[in-house]
Amino acid sequence: MDYILSIIILACINMIAVLGLSIFTGFTGLFSLGHAAFVGVGAYTSAILTYYYYVPFPLALAAGAAAAGLVSLIIGIPTLRAKLRSDYFAIAILGFGEALRVVLENLEITNGARGLPGIDNFTTFPIVLACLALGVFFARNFLRSRWGAACIAIREDPIAAEMAGVRLFRTRLLSLVVSAVYCGLSGGLLAHFLSFIQPVMFTLVQSTQLLAAVIAGGMGSLSGPLIASFVFIGLPEALRVAQMWRLVAYGLLLVLIMVYRPQGLMGYSELSSFFKRKSNPGGRVQP
Amino acid sequence: MKTPGKALLSVKGLTKDFGGIRAVDSFSFDVHEGSITGIIGPNGAGKTTVFNLVTGIYRPTAGSIFFEGEEMAGLRPDKIVRKGIARTFQNIRLFNRRTCLDNVLTPLLQRERCSFTGALFGTPGARRLERELHGRAIELLSALGLGKYASWQANTLPYGLQRKLEIARALATEPKLLLLDEPAAGMNPEETRALADLVAEVRWKFNVTMLLIEHHMDLVMKICTPIVVMNFGALLAAGTPDEVRENPEVVAAYLGKGKKTNECTSG
Repeated sequence: MDYILSIIILACINMIAVLGLSIFTGFTGLFSLGHAAFVGVGAYTSAILTYYYYVPFPLALAAGAAAAGLVSLIIGIPTLRAKLRSDYFAIAILGFGEALRVVLENLEITNGARGLPGIDNFTTFPIVLACLALGVFFARNFLRSRWGAACIAIREDPIAAEMAGVRLFRTRLLSLVVSAVYCGLSGGLLAHFLSFIQPVMFTLVQSTQLLAAVIAGGMGSLSGPLIASFVFIGLPEALRVAQMWRLVAYGLLLVLIMVYRPQGLMGYSELSSFFKRKSNPGGRVQP
Repeated sequence: MKTPGKALLSVKGLTKDFGGIRAVDSFSFDVHEGSITGIIGPNGAGKTTVFNLVTGIYRPTAGSIFFEGEEMAGLRPDKIVRKGIARTFQNIRLFNRRTCLDNVLTPLLQRERCSFTGALFGTPGARRLERELHGRAIELLSALGLGKYASWQANTLPYGLQRKLEIARALATEPKLLLLDEPAAGMNPEETRALADLVAEVRWKFNVTMLLIEHHMDLVMKICTPIVVMNFGALLAAGTPDEVRENPEVVAAYLGKGKKTNECTSG
């Protein structure tokens, strides 16, 4: 039971990060191969605060999220101002993420590549669930707001968005910061759940997994990536009996989703839209 | 037709180079308040480039763009939109995977000053604003006959309605000057006639000055005055439809030089 619960907690923590990346990649249309670095910043900031300075856990979590948001400005301001195209931006942020990992590996306070052991075990299931619920609540409100509408407009057509009064640079930067804050929060929860963090936990591999969940779940959907992220965490665990084949199954699942549902599990719609508005010929959102 | 007022938009010596190619060559013209000004010219004359310069998508190489006496050249597109210039695109650019309602709601939302935290928490104030703008968006859609398509995804609309939706989205920015880039492109004669009525109606209903690029001569001649003719990036002629029609240089630009055809037939 403990084992299953811990898998669920890990999945929920991952879902918070995926939620953030979904806002940035799914709704604003910019690809990122570096968001695991923001998870790392959140994890290290909050862990260092509780470990060395005995800062209360909620405060440390908030500080981790804020630190990730601030760090995202460092990469966001120069690259987004230059209006890098999506693929170039993905590469730029990939380099940034790896550079950040090297920094974590060489700082005194992070204990270098050996990692930080013995972080207090503050993360519990109710806390994770509350964070996830709040995350979904804020994300939905954000996307309904002026800023969310601007993000989606940019994804659909940056030039038309500008001619609708959208501030291109500011909106993209805001979307990056919001997504980094989600990742930072996820990192803080992760550090205080595993009670051990190490720079190699926040590499390109993790960034790719986050991105895979967003794309497989459906760009422009919140529920899709959440489901995908849950499946991607749960499936390899459920298949542990199959030993080495479990990772093959994981890869196969990704390939199958992309071949049979290139728009992702949910495409551009939400889970809730299947329950309401059934009689609406044009309303069904198609890719 | 009401007599043209002062110049709302005044373009002076506008020049744009792309590498070694001069797409717009010290082009000057005025758009008077309340007019429907037409820009015509052969393909590649630089008409759309002028639109892109006026709306800030390109920066001019030289020259000035005055809107209500204020210099616009070099401003960001979203700033220019806020000053009161809106446009549609030659190849329709809608927010394709959003509903018609969202397409119109997006520019309406951008005009509002709202609190970020209020929006995040979904405060009653934020919800009230949302409902209010929702109503305005529906009104705008209805004004263009798109009311019943509000919940349709934009790219599922028939072509002609997509053009209308683009106009609705542009009007949602509450412009003083509306630029229409080939609004009748791809339309049959009947649809073109309906569009002419729509343009006249929009001008009257929304009290907006219009500048439009069009290739359908009958449409331009019917609704536009004055007409500005461009050729090779420069001003060829300007005047009322009749003046332009009679102008030998305009005829030459469109049909080739009369002399040569004579030589051909005689020889």
